[in-house]
Amino acid sequence: MKLTIQVNEGPYQHQASDTAYQFTKAALEKGHEIFRVFFYHDGVNNGTRLTTPPQDDRNVVKRWSELAAQHNLDLVVCVAAAQRRGIADPDEARRNGKDADNIAPGFRISGLGQLVEGGIQSDRLVVFGD
Amino acid sequence: MSEIKKFMYVNRKAPYGTIYAWESLEVVLIGAAFDQNVSLAFIDDGVFQLTADQDTSGSGFKNFSPTYAALGDYGVTKIYVERESLEERGLSLDDLQQLTWEDEDEDYAEKDSIRLVSRAELAEILAEQDVLFNF
Repeated sequence: MKLTIQVNEGPYQHQASDTAYQFTKAALEKGHEIFRVFFYHDGVNNGTRLTTPPQDDRNVVKRWSELAAQHNLDLVVCVAAAQRRGIADPDEARRNGKDADNIAPGFRISGLGQLVEGGIQSDRLVVFGD
Repeated sequence: MSEIKKFMYVNRKAPYGTIYAWESLEVVLIGAAFDQNVSLAFIDDGVFQLTADQDTSGSGFKNFSPTYAALGDYGVTKIYVERESLEERGLSLDDLQQLTWEDEDEDYAEKDSIRLVSRAELAEILAEQDVLFNF
């Protein structure tokens, strides 16, 4: 089955990103195709490489980056939600006159059309959030 | 586009305590360009999103409620409001904005977009959808 995953909450405060990660990993292990993982609302905060959790805890951001590298996942951060919350790649930083970017490896910033397309192209849209 | 799917955006939260309502509306507006069969549902505190005469001047939030009136122009003409959610909050249809759309097939006759449905009816409508966006 072809799946699009939507993550609506940031790391650590809510379990949504953890559950989405576990679900995505399990779906891949079962042979399902992940068309896209789309990060929306505070979910865009899963895409900052500046996160530094204590060493004895899971690293939510790094875990997504590693899964993306392993399975060539398309991790998309919503541009409008990202701008509000200070998530930027080099292009976005330059365009908005910022002095730094913080996008984590494996993530890319794009528009909401990518979420709608995920809903159209996939057999199921699976949403993780509050 | 290969096929037309039934897309429903389910709005469950009050308009200004969190950003879900506004960011839901942003998806609806972008999604309208994709020519799908789109409808919106308002349940629980989500019914407050459609109340008339919203005034956010004291809170500093942007009052985005006028945007709902533009949905008809975006081809979004089916807006389901759950009756029980309204009643549980002491609201009725009279407390909501009047949302309309123009029917091209009937000489641009103005029609109401809001459809008041019971919880049981909405459950059936939800079951018919291909894609559910929950906000």
